[in-house]
Amino acid sequence: MARHRGRGMASVNYPIGMNLGGDPSQALIHSNPDGKFTVALSAIDLGQGMKQVTRQVAAETLGVPMEDVYVDTADSDTGPHDMGSFASRGTHRMGNAVIAAAREARGVLLEAAAEELEVNAGDLVTDGRGNIHVKGAPSRSITVKATAQAAQFKQGKTIAGRGIFLIPLSTVDPQTGEMNPNTAFAHASLVADVEVDDETGEVTVLKMASAYELGRAINPKMVEQQLVGGAWMGISHALYETPEPYYPDPSHGPRDFNEYLMPGPGDIAPYSITVLERPAPDGPFGGKGPGEMCANPVLPAIANAVYNAVGVRVNDLPITPEKILRGIKANGGARPQPRRGGG
Amino acid sequence: MAKVPVQFRLNGSDRAAFVAPADNLLTLLRRGLNEFGPKYGCGQGTCGTCTVLIDGELQLSCLTLAATCEGRHVETVSGMANGPTLHPIQQAFMEHFAAQCGFCTPGMLTAARALLEANPTPSREEVIDGISGNICRCTGYEAIIEAILAAARSGQVRRA
Repeated sequence: MARHRGRGMASVNYPIGMNLGGDPSQALIHSNPDGKFTVALSAIDLGQGMKQVTRQVAAETLGVPMEDVYVDTADSDTGPHDMGSFASRGTHRMGNAVIAAAREARGVLLEAAAEELEVNAGDLVTDGRGNIHVKGAPSRSITVKATAQAAQFKQGKTIAGRGIFLIPLSTVDPQTGEMNPNTAFAHASLVADVEVDDETGEVTVLKMASAYELGRAINPKMVEQQLVGGAWMGISHALYETPEPYYPDPSHGPRDFNEYLMPGPGDIAPYSITVLERPAPDGPFGGKGPGEMCANPVLPAIANAVYNAVGVRVNDLPITPEKILRGIKANGGARPQPRRGGG
Repeated sequence: MAKVPVQFRLNGSDRAAFVAPADNLLTLLRRGLNEFGPKYGCGQGTCGTCTVLIDGELQLSCLTLAATCEGRHVETVSGMANGPTLHPIQQAFMEHFAAQCGFCTPGMLTAARALLEANPTPSREEVIDGISGNICRCTGYEAIIEAILAAARSGQVRRA
């Protein structure tokens, strides 16, 4: 009886948003009399950071400080339509919709400022700190706040913008099967090192390392946060979680957190991440977003590592001690596989 | 069944209520006293997000009968910040991105507070042990562990 070490790897090409397109997001932006902006979205931030990312995107496009932008995702009754937060589409779809809305609002903002300064709107620039001035002549300036107030109370203008981002639904050619499945793919490779106990069937994830290419990391710290949390969920799906452990037989299913297994804080493995930024041509400031692919490569990498360690190929998740022990028994013992690459 | 009166301190203020003998503390806090810091997760003591301190001791409010809090001091996550000034542990959670959806955060902060007030210089293993009763579904725990260790290193959490 022994503990066997194994290494597994997996790579993923991950399509951002719904395959074949056809999943629009809308955004509405308006200024308030205090010179601050409200972005209305119907997509929901479940903790991934969508509010922060769209706030940064809106501020950058409007040319105003991030502190002056509030993102409201409260209510799908009153907000503009959105397909929702799923398919890793938030940054890409909603970000692009916010850019479109912010561009329109910025256009009106500069027109209103031009009227106050008696210049051509095309000659105006923003400094990102709440001021608008004539290009090359910073002294001829007006604040965004004064502009918003002039538009509201003097000019009778709404500084507002509408945005939608839609990749039209791709048809599938019935003869050739040709289609346009997706416009933005993110990529990742992940290596997992595990230890498998051939007496108990228990798997310990020793460490993981990954490289993610997800367009521009619009908020790098939140990208890292997503990747770390998503990898935990990947380990959990690979080794622990299932509502029906003997599917299709529904018996012995977990009923509560005592029985629904998940790795706790003591079960996490050291994880090193490299983020590669290759801005996507159709992404907001080049962003694609991490999303679901944070977890995806972890599962096959661990399955491959278990095979590498004891020669058992488990084809259904989770990879429980029971399945590993049955595999070892069927093979007549643990069969460690050769390991390439040393380490 | 006849309700019974209960008086206790909640985050430093005296509170009184009538509760059914079987009412738990979490129900009293959320429905009776509009104290929404502790969350209702599982209702059976396995997720940890309803965690509170009772006379300084870590307790699961969903498993605590409200009537047993008579004369005691109940502290929730809402009592950690001092006005606009965050508690050092809250500050560390913010700086280390230790929250995503935030549902576990009230329990995590309270568990971390109990840990550091009892042991201001915990090891990583002691931090893991300190939050082992709290489930987090988003962060993978690493950022939470790092935040608690950083709060300990800051030396700003005093022994209770």
